[in-house]
Amino acid sequence: MANVPKDLKYTREHEWAKQEGERVRVGITAYAQEQLGDVVFVELPKVGAKVTAAKNFGVVESVKAVSDLFAPVSGEVVEVNGELGQKPETVNQDPYGKGWMLVVKPSSKGEWDQLLTAQQYEELIAQGGH
Amino acid sequence: MPSRYIANTPDEQKRMLGTLGAGSIEDLLVKIPPKARLGRPLGLTPALAETDLIRHMTALAGKNANAESHVSFLGAGSYDHYIPSPINHMILRGEFFTAYTPYQPEASQGTLRTIYEYQTMIAELTGMDVANASIYDGASSLAEAALMAHAVTDRREIVLSRAVHPLYKRVTATYCEGPGLRLRDVAAPEGVTDLAAARQLVNAKTAALVVQTPNFYGCLEDVAAAAETAHAAGALLVVVADPVNLGVLEGPGKLGADIVVGEGQGLGVPVGFGGPNLGVFAAKNELVRRMPGRLVGATVDRDGKRGFVLTLQTREQHIRRAKATSNICTNVALCALMATIYLATLGRRGLVRVGELSTAKAHYAAERLAKVPGVSLRFAAPFFKEFMLKLPKAPDRVIPRLAKQGFLAGVPLKTFDRALADSLLVAVTEKRTKAEIDAFAAALEKAVA
Repeated sequence: MANVPKDLKYTREHEWAKQEGERVRVGITAYAQEQLGDVVFVELPKVGAKVTAAKNFGVVESVKAVSDLFAPVSGEVVEVNGELGQKPETVNQDPYGKGWMLVVKPSSKGEWDQLLTAQQYEELIAQGGH
Repeated sequence: MPSRYIANTPDEQKRMLGTLGAGSIEDLLVKIPPKARLGRPLGLTPALAETDLIRHMTALAGKNANAESHVSFLGAGSYDHYIPSPINHMILRGEFFTAYTPYQPEASQGTLRTIYEYQTMIAELTGMDVANASIYDGASSLAEAALMAHAVTDRREIVLSRAVHPLYKRVTATYCEGPGLRLRDVAAPEGVTDLAAARQLVNAKTAALVVQTPNFYGCLEDVAAAAETAHAAGALLVVVADPVNLGVLEGPGKLGADIVVGEGQGLGVPVGFGGPNLGVFAAKNELVRRMPGRLVGATVDRDGKRGFVLTLQTREQHIRRAKATSNICTNVALCALMATIYLATLGRRGLVRVGELSTAKAHYAAERLAKVPGVSLRFAAPFFKEFMLKLPKAPDRVIPRLAKQGFLAGVPLKTFDRALADSLLVAVTEKRTKAEIDAFAAALEKAVA
């Protein structure tokens, strides 16, 4: 079973979200990177861009597939992981750490509670991830 | 009656019908309403014997004026450059003779290798990092570049010089209609793009500034200044260039272009009747993820031996689906092969020589033709192998007279721009001789008198 840290929240599309004071850090889960295989490219928005919860914010490419990335919360992008441009494989190696993608300053608080808990996400992937 | 053009025999047809449980082919068609059916044989003339057919077709083809039957000064994107004989010999080989990028491409290492060589040579000529396996023609290359600039910058306006080929612009307008991109025009009143006017139009909404050099009128553009204008606003510079000229002219990539596109027909592809052509497409490395088209890469197999693969396919629509920059999933492989053999045959020195001879002969022709009474050069700007003449009589009347004397005089500009109704676009390649140019000048003198 893929690693699902307890202190994070999750989307049904396999992104994780981490509360850091007023901000939310976003990445994809260990399960997601396992399913994708070797990540070769990550396309992320620019700092200052607006993202919307459950809407597409970028694209992750593995060797033979391209998948959309979905924002866990709405808000403004305040940081982007520039390292992934040169080292996209970081997403595979350390999905919850150095493989983070965005930091968002959320525009509404209510969305946080809509996200899956670690336990709910574990159940989701136990059922095959859909 | 069995036909020589239908592969299965009456016996085989009977067996297939038996399997289907049908008595005759007619039985298969009963669902088609009678009024939708012809009900009689097609009104074709009786079949000719092969020798008669060839005689007939040769007679029909003989009614065409072409670059073999006439001395051609036609250009406007399609040029009568010399085609070395190894090209025809090589492309007819069974291993090569296909119009397509192969499916299951890695099984065709030879084809992939020639495409790889093609990409390498185009990248070198254009001064860019990476070139694709080719696109249909110059027009679709430019249209794809506009979409790519939009994808890279997330901006919605394309600013085009009026001296960009008008047909390329029309194709670009068609491609841009779907995503709703706005095309804006910059004037080129003296034969070259008015860059001061461009600076007024290029702003934070601009995805790309597009110039062509030599442009549609044959004149050379200041690519470095255009690059500065585009980049100052955070836009890309797209340059349309003819690779056959790039043995002499600087690669636009060296002058600041972000994307270089163009018509590669001059690299050993016959003028045909408008095609098939060769769409050249090259870009900077950092933009490669948004580049359209097939891309061949070199790699090593598990034994460490060199091999070739289609690479970065996640850019393409069969994987990236709706988010792909482009929906092109093929290339003009045979024309790209012609260009590869052309460049390999000529080599560096040969290509430089083609450029030098073309421009020298074009300048001789311009000087000679401008001395014909009533005829003048439309623009004073420096040109390369093509120039615009202003005629004292309507080009539509002059051209047929010259054709009767064996000259394809040039492209009349009325259909492209009413303001240029008195003008003729004349192209001169290395193939033209002094005698041909002198004879053309004499014939023009009579035709406009």
